[in-house]
Amino acid sequence: MTSSSQDKTPLLEIDRLSVDYGLKGVSLRAIDGVSFALRAGEAVGLVGESGSGKTTTAMAIAGLLSPNARVSGGQVRYRGNRLPIDDDAAMRPHRWSETSVVFQGAMNALNPVHRIIKQIAEPCMLKLGMSRGEATKRGSELLQLVGIPADRGSAYPHELSGGMRQRVMIAMALACRPSIIIGDEPTTALDVITQAQILNLLGDLRSQLSLALILITHDLSVVAKCCDRVMIMYAGRIVEDGTVAEIFAQPKHPYTRQLIESIPNPASGKKMIRPIPGDPPNLVNRPSGCAFHPRCPSVMGGCATEVPSLNKFGRGRVACHLHRSLTQEDKVAVHA
Amino acid sequence: MNGGGGSRHILRIIVRASITLLMVAVLNFILFRVIPGDPASLLLGGARVSVTAEQIEAQNQRWGLDRPLFPDQAVDYLSATLRGDFGYSFKFRGRHVADLIAERLPDTIVLVGVAQIMAIVIGVMLGIYAGWRRGGAGDRIATGASLALYSTPAFWLGMILVVIFSTALGWLPGYGAYSPGLITGSLGSFLDYLQHLTLPATAVALGLIGQYVVVARAAMSDVLTEDYMVTARAKGLTNGQMLMRHAFRNAMLPVVTLITLNIGYVVAGAITVEAVFAWPGIGGLTVEALNARDYPVLQGIFLLLGVSIVLANLVADLAYSLLDPRVRQ
Repeated sequence: MTSSSQDKTPLLEIDRLSVDYGLKGVSLRAIDGVSFALRAGEAVGLVGESGSGKTTTAMAIAGLLSPNARVSGGQVRYRGNRLPIDDDAAMRPHRWSETSVVFQGAMNALNPVHRIIKQIAEPCMLKLGMSRGEATKRGSELLQLVGIPADRGSAYPHELSGGMRQRVMIAMALACRPSIIIGDEPTTALDVITQAQILNLLGDLRSQLSLALILITHDLSVVAKCCDRVMIMYAGRIVEDGTVAEIFAQPKHPYTRQLIESIPNPASGKKMIRPIPGDPPNLVNRPSGCAFHPRCPSVMGGCATEVPSLNKFGRGRVACHLHRSLTQEDKVAVHA
Repeated sequence: MNGGGGSRHILRIIVRASITLLMVAVLNFILFRVIPGDPASLLLGGARVSVTAEQIEAQNQRWGLDRPLFPDQAVDYLSATLRGDFGYSFKFRGRHVADLIAERLPDTIVLVGVAQIMAIVIGVMLGIYAGWRRGGAGDRIATGASLALYSTPAFWLGMILVVIFSTALGWLPGYGAYSPGLITGSLGSFLDYLQHLTLPATAVALGLIGQYVVVARAAMSDVLTEDYMVTARAKGLTNGQMLMRHAFRNAMLPVVTLITLNIGYVVAGAITVEAVFAWPGIGGLTVEALNARDYPVLQGIFLLLGVSIVLANLVADLAYSLLDPRVRQ
């Protein structure tokens, strides 16, 4: 139980995880050999477009894969122990107590017919064995923690604004004192000011409660605001992994570079954003080799035939033939 | 803020129901004035007997039929209706329509009420189960069976029940509501009544179960795709907790509407099933009145039906706002 032993074993390890979806007899690989580790208190962003596998990765970690999903390889370890992520009933004790999820509360993630205090208190009663009174008290404290007056607890979700509902969702996620919070597009559908408030709240709570955060988003600017590390996903694989500062200053993968260039930046004076040409990959007919090669401006020989592996590069990782050759040259240079 | 909005909502529902009731009464008046047939000649024995013009004139004068339809007769009708005076039956000479209906009403309420309760309990449970396990074997059997029952006429089911349980097996009576010669009010007569009730109530219930299964199943499968069910799963709830705490109440919303609307039809009786079993209810009275062109009785039954459906709608609105906080504002 010393802090050094915790430092050695990451809080969460995702080890060559692959998940397939069965759709009308066709099997579709949503994530393909995803590996990364999450340390306690760390904030990681999972960024990618629709179908990149970021949500599947997060749902697998939370043990919330849909019934037609199948774990076809790899494993997820929590504090060194393998999680039974493909066994719905066996995952139940883990859910919310260790890993909770902040869904898009602005939409329909809260039950419309129950008062919000009841929805926050529910896991305290069912999972922590609190009495109704204790759970309600804890619910009120949590509401205040996320900046909602405790007397609003008797409100129904439809009586609150989108930002307030998102705060309720966060309060709910904290109910059982988890070590990991997964934010599933928590600021989508909110206006920018509310978005910034919610991100600040998440950041504050994270440092206050030393929570690890996995933030799923398609919006790199959200990640820039509140993550230590970013992982860029494309067609079910991690293509780049690095600190926020590194990735923004020196993106290595052409896809990452184009993602950053597609962010509108009024301060730079550029009027136009540069969209990424081409279409998102078709997962049923995945492009051969590097899945990004049909859209890649730096495509070269081998990109269409050989899948680039995710190699260490500087303090991060990148999966691109461009950089594998570089690293080999580096090695040659070192040996010579 | 909540309470004020709530009571205003309830007041609005009640005002709307009152206006609808007035419309029902007015329509009921108009309907029976535009259908063919002359009350005076019906009163004088129908078209089979020849009557003189003077006799008809005398009848018209006696019953106020010589006065203009509007406003005189309409106002007469509405004020009499409000006083609870629904006129006299043509067929049962000299008898008040209200008395005739009151005589038949208890048996109908028992028959259709018991059938509704049976259908609601079984149908909703089956429907919730089928929706929860949608696509499974249980769902296919429950949905298939209830659709088959839904599309089968209840009177035919009644006849089959009579053939099996009354004629062939002799377990239960298949005719009427009472055996002759029993002292009313005794335990024996009560049990006898229950025996008579079993087959017709089962027939009506079998005809009703289908719609409850279909509506409850559809509501349940809709609810299961909602985001808040994913939240409930993520919170580590067991399937039973997800069903009872999060899915059930949301799935009940359309079912409660159906139940309360059906309650409106309890007083209308089950015309065909009552006919098959010679059940002494409103359905039977409707058939007799139709055959005898007994317009005052029909008018009374129609009014009763209209009023009870409007009241059932009122109850549905109120119950809905209890269950769903979103409609309370």
